[in-house]
Amino acid sequence: MRRRTPADLVEARPGPAHHIEFDGRSVPALPGQSIAAALWADGVLAWRTTRIGGRPRGAFCGIGSCFDCLATVDGRPNQRTCLLPAEPGTVVTTQEGHGRADLAV
Amino acid sequence: MPTSPSEPLPYDLAVVGAGPAGLAAAVTAAELGLRCVLLDGGHSTGGQYYRHPAPGLGAARPDRLHHGWSVYAGLAERLSAAERAEFRAGHQVWALERTGDGFAVHATRGPEAADRVTLRARTVLLAAGAYERQLPFPGWTLPGVVTAGGAQAMLKAGLVLPGRRIVVAGSGPLLLAAASSLVTAGADVPAVVEATNYLGYARRPGVLAAVPAKLVEGAGHGSALLRHGVRLRPRSAVVEAHGTDRVTAVTVARLDAEWRPLPGTERRIDCDALAVGHGLLPQIDLATELGADTVTGPDGAVALKVDARLRTSVPGLWSAGETNGVGGADLAIAEGELAGHAIAGALPRAALLRRRARLRSFADVMAAAHRPGPGWTGWLRPDTDVCRCEEVPVAKVREAVEELGAGDPRTVKLLTRAGMGWCQGRMCGPAVACLSGSGEPGPDRRPFGCPVPLSQLAAGSAAAAGE
Repeated sequence: MRRRTPADLVEARPGPAHHIEFDGRSVPALPGQSIAAALWADGVLAWRTTRIGGRPRGAFCGIGSCFDCLATVDGRPNQRTCLLPAEPGTVVTTQEGHGRADLAV
Repeated sequence: MPTSPSEPLPYDLAVVGAGPAGLAAAVTAAELGLRCVLLDGGHSTGGQYYRHPAPGLGAARPDRLHHGWSVYAGLAERLSAAERAEFRAGHQVWALERTGDGFAVHATRGPEAADRVTLRARTVLLAAGAYERQLPFPGWTLPGVVTAGGAQAMLKAGLVLPGRRIVVAGSGPLLLAAASSLVTAGADVPAVVEATNYLGYARRPGVLAAVPAKLVEGAGHGSALLRHGVRLRPRSAVVEAHGTDRVTAVTVARLDAEWRPLPGTERRIDCDALAVGHGLLPQIDLATELGADTVTGPDGAVALKVDARLRTSVPGLWSAGETNGVGGADLAIAEGELAGHAIAGALPRAALLRRRARLRSFADVMAAAHRPGPGWTGWLRPDTDVCRCEEVPVAKVREAVEELGAGDPRTVKLLTRAGMGWCQGRMCGPAVACLSGSGEPGPDRRPFGCPVPLSQLAAGSAAAAGE
């Protein structure tokens, strides 16, 4: 038997799925989902490595308070993916450290 | 005085936060004739409690993820009918400033904080709600470990789960609500791990009997959990999350009455996600920056001090809901209505006053029952990160306290950077306060309620200079 999903529970009839790009591959997203939600739906839990330990991180608080879910979005580092909507064609890349390697001297 | 020339119309009342309290207050005050503006960082009303799927997801039955959805629907309908109330979505307030005739409310707009706006209002109601109290444990920074409220938020808004087999752990009524939502939405929840034994509730039966709706709500979550075979493990805690790149299992141990883990009671539970939280903390920094008086509640959390009409100690600043001590949505709505009446200079119904008093008493019992015991530090290891943002381990904090003489969270922060990162101590604050030996954390002080781009501050200074 197919496992029940959150969409089943609320009898969701979402609009057509679109796609975002995550580290060079296409990830489906439903209209209205945040970037973090689209990544979770695809089984991805981490999209940042920490500045000091280089450890993987993803969404933690889910409401914009903890800043763990930062990623580089459309070239801008340090974006809270739990707040940003996944728009068609949004390009998300795993952020390494502070995400400003281009400014290193 | 920094004001924005873009907002010529003054408001009688600016309500910060469109959750249950703010929504009820704005609707009530507008219906009593006040010109209200309701501000929220999110894209719709409802706050965290009534967070719901974006319209694009086409959810026909959003009520199935909520307790008391019809109450929210009623308030939302009244808001759209209220001509004097204006809702501004995507407005994250970062500071309140007193002016000669009232307040300047400074906000950034949009999730990227793309631009700023300043609104002028005669009075302000703070209804900013709460955020989750976190206590660190080994492995809590692994992907797949999420906050209980975060799991709820991502499910309610985005219809997604962090995994298929999710352990729910920590303390507080949110755990039962979260576990109940997760199993109903299709996840397996092998255990709900609660640090208290719920006896704290039984000690005040009179208070419980006075709020039957709360018992029904609790029973509703309980029966959902029973139906799905979820095991409740009281007086226990997750003392370690295992995994390398994501969580694959947790270790659960029994606790003594002080929350000290009991050796030899450890048990491993396989899972692919962990939802964890230790209660909620009032989000009061916008008010404490204005010097508002605070009180420490029975849960050890610092809340705003308000009088019977919900006025803070700052003239013109009112507070309703979780900012006055965490108590849930029903209490928040009652306080919002009460504050709406008081600000409009109207007398509330006696029944509303009694309802608020009953719910506040229940909140106090709940808060006392789930107050973290001091023994929780027994599950820490020297290499456990306390501060997630700055990656500061327990050993560094202990060194600051024991060898360098730091006796309060501020000194620990200056020596170790714990609490200095992106979240400004929201995640590590309670733990750092406890480890620094200062007992309960003091009132949150943050000059900025959220990160603000320098360009916006510069724009504000330029506007002020030009006046």
